[in-house]
Amino acid sequence: MTEGPHPTDGHPDGAGHDLAALSPEEPIPNPGLPPHEPRPTDVDAAQERRAERQVAGMFILAALLALAFCVLYFVIPPPSDQSATFMGYGASNLALGLTLGLALLLTGAAAIQWAKKLMGNQDIIEARHSTASPPNVREEQVAAFKLGVAESGFGRRTLIRNSMFAALGMLGLPAIVLLRDLGPLPGNLTSITVWKRGIRVVNDVSGTPLRPSDIAEGQLVNAEPALFFDEVGPNGKVIKAKYTGTALNDQKAKAAVILVRMLPTDIKSAQERAWGVNGIVCFSKICTHVGCPISLYEQQTHQLLCPCHQSTFDLTEDGKVVFGPAARPLPQLPIMVDKEGYLVARSDFHQPVGPSFWERG
Amino acid sequence: MATTDESATRAPRTAASNGKGKGNPVSWLDDRIGLAYQGKILLRKVFPDHWSFMLGEIALWSFVILLLTGTFLSLWFVPSMSEIVYHGPYHQLNGIHMSEAYASTLHISFDVRGGLLMRQIHHWSANIFIAAMTIHMLRIFFTGAFRKPREINWLIGLGLLMLGILEGFAGYSLPDDLLSGTGLRIADGIIRSIPVVGTYLEFFIFGGQFPGDVFISRLYIVHVLLIPGILLALISAHMILLFYQKHTQWPGPGHTNENVVGAPFFPIYTAKAGGFFFMVFGVTALLGAVLQINPIWMYGPYDPSQVTAGSQPDWYMGWLEGALRIMPNWETHIGGFTISWNVLIPGAAVMGVLFTLLAIYPFLERWITGDNRDHHILDRPRNQPTRTGLGVAGVTAYGLLWLAGGNDIIATHFHVSLNAITWFMRFAVFVGPVITFIIARRWAISLQRSDEHLLLHGYETGVIIRSPEGGYSEIHAPLSQESAYQIASRERRPPVGVPELEDEYGVRARGTAAERVRGRLHELWFGDEIPKPTAAELEEAHHHESPEGPLLEDGGHHGIESGGQIGGEEFDLEESSER
Amino acid sequence: MKFLSSRRRHPLAGFVVLVLGLLVMGGLYSMFRPAQAEQGANDKQLVAQGRELYVVSCSTCHGMNAEGVVTKTGDNYGPPLVGVGAAAVDFQVGTGRMPMADPGPGQAQRVPLMTPDETRALAAYIASLGPGPAIPSPGEYDAAHGDPAKGGLFFRTNCTACHNFAGSGGALPHGRQAPDLMKTPPKYIFEAMETGPGQMPKFSNGVMTPQDKRDIISYIQHLKTTPGYGGLKLGSLGPVSEGLWGWLIGIGGLILIAVWIGNHGVRAGKKSK
Repeated sequence: MTEGPHPTDGHPDGAGHDLAALSPEEPIPNPGLPPHEPRPTDVDAAQERRAERQVAGMFILAALLALAFCVLYFVIPPPSDQSATFMGYGASNLALGLTLGLALLLTGAAAIQWAKKLMGNQDIIEARHSTASPPNVREEQVAAFKLGVAESGFGRRTLIRNSMFAALGMLGLPAIVLLRDLGPLPGNLTSITVWKRGIRVVNDVSGTPLRPSDIAEGQLVNAEPALFFDEVGPNGKVIKAKYTGTALNDQKAKAAVILVRMLPTDIKSAQERAWGVNGIVCFSKICTHVGCPISLYEQQTHQLLCPCHQSTFDLTEDGKVVFGPAARPLPQLPIMVDKEGYLVARSDFHQPVGPSFWERG
Repeated sequence: MATTDESATRAPRTAASNGKGKGNPVSWLDDRIGLAYQGKILLRKVFPDHWSFMLGEIALWSFVILLLTGTFLSLWFVPSMSEIVYHGPYHQLNGIHMSEAYASTLHISFDVRGGLLMRQIHHWSANIFIAAMTIHMLRIFFTGAFRKPREINWLIGLGLLMLGILEGFAGYSLPDDLLSGTGLRIADGIIRSIPVVGTYLEFFIFGGQFPGDVFISRLYIVHVLLIPGILLALISAHMILLFYQKHTQWPGPGHTNENVVGAPFFPIYTAKAGGFFFMVFGVTALLGAVLQINPIWMYGPYDPSQVTAGSQPDWYMGWLEGALRIMPNWETHIGGFTISWNVLIPGAAVMGVLFTLLAIYPFLERWITGDNRDHHILDRPRNQPTRTGLGVAGVTAYGLLWLAGGNDIIATHFHVSLNAITWFMRFAVFVGPVITFIIARRWAISLQRSDEHLLLHGYETGVIIRSPEGGYSEIHAPLSQESAYQIASRERRPPVGVPELEDEYGVRARGTAAERVRGRLHELWFGDEIPKPTAAELEEAHHHESPEGPLLEDGGHHGIESGGQIGGEEFDLEESSER
Repeated sequence: MKFLSSRRRHPLAGFVVLVLGLLVMGGLYSMFRPAQAEQGANDKQLVAQGRELYVVSCSTCHGMNAEGVVTKTGDNYGPPLVGVGAAAVDFQVGTGRMPMADPGPGQAQRVPLMTPDETRALAAYIASLGPGPAIPSPGEYDAAHGDPAKGGLFFRTNCTACHNFAGSGGALPHGRQAPDLMKTPPKYIFEAMETGPGQMPKFSNGVMTPQDKRDIISYIQHLKTTPGYGGLKLGSLGPVSEGLWGWLIGIGGLILIAVWIGNHGVRAGKKSK
């Protein structure tokens, strides 16, 4: 590579450049491109051979690593074999990743080293063309466009033009209307849950019904309505869960609750006390901010913290917000004890659970 | 130009007419697609060499890696929310109900050899993709590369960044693990807060109540087809404009606004950029090999009644998460309707404000400065103190929101109160940027002053001499012409005058209100800047400090420093009484 | 039998039956009662020793008779310990949380100040004051008898909100924090669930059965031993630490490479400027 610094493509057209900016009072004149200085590899044959060996060495190593990758792929079992570990790390991922990563890294490094050390490195200069078209071209094209407009009669035939706009506008409607069946209308689904009078409050995961005596003071129970679990009826018959699969998740996202027990005297709100049973109170588990499930209960302060955005609710005072971005208190589920001594809901929530929405009021 | 033009057009014709190149792939292709023309544009195209010009390239290459690894993952991933019971090698989840999406992600991680590696490379390169776009954008901003004629490419770049964030969030949400489900739950809460249509949008998007059974498959097609398609189109447009407008360059000897100096596309840039692709891939592969990312098997399948401490989005959503966390709990109730400012503002408005500000910035700056010229030489950030200050302020606000998004992790690892961090951030987000704006702007101006000093008085050699009278002074040496030119090659701006409110006959001039605002802003914009010395001033300074100059008249510095060594450097000695 | 039936109207018969009945009941009780109380004669000695330790180390805050100390504002300086049970003492003292080094939120696990014997004595003393959960026997918290999959369900429903998905701990309001579970031995995890130390709520055996607790412990033990399938676990903190490392190593490393690529390198025959 022997070409010197020469301006190719001299383009005298200065449209768009404000050459007045380059005033004669500029303190330092442009000294021009400094002369090219050769690299050690340009002048020293030993250095050149060394660089050559370096580059080729890296390429060869990369090739070997790629081969090693293939071998290890077949030799090392996938992570499903939990015994295949290396120093506590998954052997498969580590081996494949290291060989592949190093092979790639060396390939790239070799190519770059080649460019830096051995390829011609003379800086070359290319002239910039103004991005703007020359004025005559611009005028020509503007004229051609105007001619086209005139020939089409776009400006003159306003009836055609406006009716075309009407047609195009209306064609946008089917595109929107077609999306209507993406989902059902919300109806009152955002305001109701599956809770109703008499539904047992059961421990989540195990589905065991709860007696007040099972719940110690300072206890937290993550609970769900009994409808989500298979129940053993009074006659020993198994009642299948009413909701399963995705339908269960839809309901869980609204109906999950927590039960906590504190001293009845710790509860400051008379209504809250009345809606509970001997200091056992039941609140929605769904944060009123953006809907994370909250069960971060501090048994001494009786505060409930949302781990997502740190809204904090005071469970001694109707679940009012004491900190964080949530605006609404946590809805309370009124509970009582049924004939067999288990905790049941007295009704659904008296207000919608979860994040606020426009129609909520 | 004329000569190369002719030879280029003639070349294919001769090759085709004399039939010499039959079977030669070059002539075969040239006959059909005019290959030589493409080569003429491409082969010796000049690319300036600087590390900061390669940040966008990191983003480009990570996008390619994302396409490659993503295609691999799509061969096994099942975008379905249908529930199955897991029976597989990860026995901590045996017998657990989960969606097919989650189960197939477990399958990729544990049963497909190299599947976990590809998942991890995919996730790491997604993080790097958006990080690289962000720092690339900051480079463009601070050097003024968005100025005319590159405003359109700035806007395309913003579109890429926004879509990249959306694409990343979609990918984060697909495996249907506990963390991604929590993220979707939050997205659902934000959609729901939109006034009037919120719940309708929620039900249309999720096909009913959250989480429903269709969302993952809908999101999948957005993630693998819709957004990547748009990204690909925008990246192409971005690159075409870059090629057409040619790359900007730093000021320097031989660099002008009418040329571009650097290495040719072929072979140097091909080798360097191609090599860089492999190195980016190599780095992400090594990250995937060594650092575990998104261990979905530990999160467990999504269940709307479960949540984990440290529920966070990937880093690029962190600032929005921070906004959600520190927002005060404002909600308005009007006539039976609710407006949830506490969710709407951080969930939608903050992002809207940032991207709108970024989008209008080039036009705003052009309006204020009145600078309508083409710019191909970059600004050194110090030479644009106000822009630099604004940029630093923006970075500060973003950074504080970002930190607020990790306030729980900060609280546990630095033993600070969660509530204290939140309260601090609520104010810091507004006060911090103002402070950093002032500091950065003054800093830039100080650097200008130091540049001016260097230019006028040369640099400090560290050599102290004692005059016969006993005074000490340090020798200053003039800069090399290259560095002097680099420092001096910044623009001098003609001030935009504030137009008169009334003309000479007392008639109110039209349109002056906006012009007056602009004039004021212009003054603020360039206020306190150190004007670049003129040729005359430079001449004067050099003359003033010639050895015959009045070295001792102003007393000089009578320090007791000693022992400055020249260290074998050669320069024309000039003495100075200046510091 | 004649011997018995002929004397059943003896004036002392009722007394003998009563004694026999008491003996049987006592025997049955001693067979079924919690293990820790089985020391019999040793018990009294242990309680006495515990009482001494209590007076020296605990009574300042919890009162001379473990009745608690109430401050002027009505808060508990130290809560009453009557009825907290031996398990609570074993947890608090065994993990070094008590005696407190300095009062403050979120007492963390430290090197215990008392020896296991002293802890046992103290626990015996507190247990003697009122009924409460006993120290669990090794069988109760044996991870080998738990179902990790079911334990995972319980864990994610009841524990992860505070302690994080991998048991790495998390933040609570006002500078308190839920501790990392990875260093906590199974016995203390069991005791913590049963007694609800500090701000942690209780998960009593009535709701979360000992088997459920064993399942949870089994899952936590699996978390401890699960290999890093994908490499270093980065503290198992989720995306925050991932983002940090992505920026530091990923972008940081790539910028270093870019600097290398853009750097012009050495020139032959050029001196430093």
